[in-house]
Amino acid sequence: MEKQQWPLWEIFIRSRQGLSHRHVGSLHAADAEMAIENARDVYTRRQEGVSIWAVPASEITASSPDEKDVMFDPADDKVYRHPTFYDLPDEVKNM
Amino acid sequence: MGATMNARFEYLLRLGDDALILGQMLGLWTGHGPVLEEDIALTNIGLDQIGQARAWLTLAGKAEDAGRDEDKLAFFRDQADFRNAQLCERPNGHFGDTIVRQFLFDAYAVPLHAALSSSSDPEIAAIARKSAKESAYHLRHSRAWMLRLGDGTEESHDKVQQSLNDLLPYAGDLFYADAVTAQATAEGWGADPTALRAPWTTELDSTLAAAGLERPPAVPEQTGGREGRHTEQLSFLLAEMQVLPRTYPDAQW
Repeated sequence: MEKQQWPLWEIFIRSRQGLSHRHVGSLHAADAEMAIENARDVYTRRQEGVSIWAVPASEITASSPDEKDVMFDPADDKVYRHPTFYDLPDEVKNM
Repeated sequence: MGATMNARFEYLLRLGDDALILGQMLGLWTGHGPVLEEDIALTNIGLDQIGQARAWLTLAGKAEDAGRDEDKLAFFRDQADFRNAQLCERPNGHFGDTIVRQFLFDAYAVPLHAALSSSSDPEIAAIARKSAKESAYHLRHSRAWMLRLGDGTEESHDKVQQSLNDLLPYAGDLFYADAVTAQATAEGWGADPTALRAPWTTELDSTLAAAGLERPPAVPEQTGGREGRHTEQLSFLLAEMQVLPRTYPDAQW
């Protein structure tokens, strides 16, 4: 008999210096509270973060790998979309 | 002097030994947790306890003023010289046993660290303030599991109810008052253990009610840990914990 697993949660951590939450990994937990506590123990025990998001993995909609060419290749030759043709003043950070 | 006891040393040993023995017991879960995440959670809590033990025992060594540091106190004392509450040395048992033991201790540690945070001794107050954040998290963790297990399946409810019935009598040591605690309270550097029972009882009653667990009927409480009387479980733990430093004193790695 297959052992029943707790649901999978995707964990996002905002680091001390970080501006946004970043995906750090996933874990199993029975409920949202346990997901936050487990994430705290698994992913922040070396001072990695100051904020945690836990998202049920089943709630994430992902793009299909089969559509990779259609989705992303058209951006390959659009260099003008990068802001590399003018100078940014030093005061503008985090572009 | 002569018969004068060193109340400060005795009191700090109690704080340090509770944390040391509980931390060591939790360490035994390494690699044996019911799930990976909980394995890490329990051993994290164990490491917090060991960290607190180091701070308290270092301070105890200074209070004793006989040249013993944290390691000497942890690894070169025999069972009768340990002052931990018997609750802390109860076997890990199954996961529910460990959770109940932890919950009963955490519900005591939170008001203890709060009281010690305003100790007249700045070193005790500083360690207590750092420990207070840890014990608040420990209680959050153990309380959440009391609710899940108590209010979970019929099997988890019955198991954790039995754990509670078995372990509650061992809470007696936590509130044990004697000449040491009287002096600590009178001089303002320690916490009055009898005053910690009210907040502990409040936490216990509210959590048990929410978890659908029943408070076991009042039974005589077990005491003795603060005077060095322990259950046989402690000797097994100390044997394993102390064998290496006793075989290779002052070994470095």
